[in-house]
Amino acid sequence: MMIDDPFLLHLVRWLHVVSGVMWIGLLWYLNFVQVPTMPKIPDELKPAIGKHIAPAVLFWFRWGAASTVLFGLILAWMNGYLGDALAIGLNGGGATTAMLGIAMWFGLIMAFNVWFVIWPNQKIALGIVDAPAEKKPGSARTAMLFSRTNTLLSIPMLYGMVAAQNPPF
Amino acid sequence: MKNPLESLPTTVVMGVVLTVIMVLVAQGIGS
Repeated sequence: MMIDDPFLLHLVRWLHVVSGVMWIGLLWYLNFVQVPTMPKIPDELKPAIGKHIAPAVLFWFRWGAASTVLFGLILAWMNGYLGDALAIGLNGGGATTAMLGIAMWFGLIMAFNVWFVIWPNQKIALGIVDAPAEKKPGSARTAMLFSRTNTLLSIPMLYGMVAAQNPPF
Repeated sequence: MKNPLESLPTTVVMGVVLTVIMVLVAQGIGS
């Protein structure tokens, strides 16, 4: 399938990029700002983060992830390279398609982590759902480690996405 | 042993290393 209407292509790519900035921007806020700063915040101020800021971050974070994937898959389908990219270029398409495909898989793994690991564990850690108090530290640690995994994957993912437009080779 | 993901600088370094591996794999698939 290929839809080559220039306006639609630019619109979907723009929505994909804007959603991605929302998602990865908040991922990096969590990992580069909030998590390292928490130990320095006085105890009486910590509830402001846990009860107000973190839930708002996680709302925009997980829906940003969902819309990034949705518009990314639509974009790849419209351009006619969805199958080749998901097959990481093994069916054809060359090094650029291979790199885009690997980056797409990193993005899909990251979105899976957001929705099925980080969010369920954060709901327990932040007290958004009822859970025994002794489960909270373990859930918080799981959420943190998967959030760090996503930060790790975001580096090659973003490189692959950008380099697919401006290949280094 | 401490999980390397607990360190933000180590996480970033691992991300850069994975990026280099990704480029080499993509070049390998493309050639």
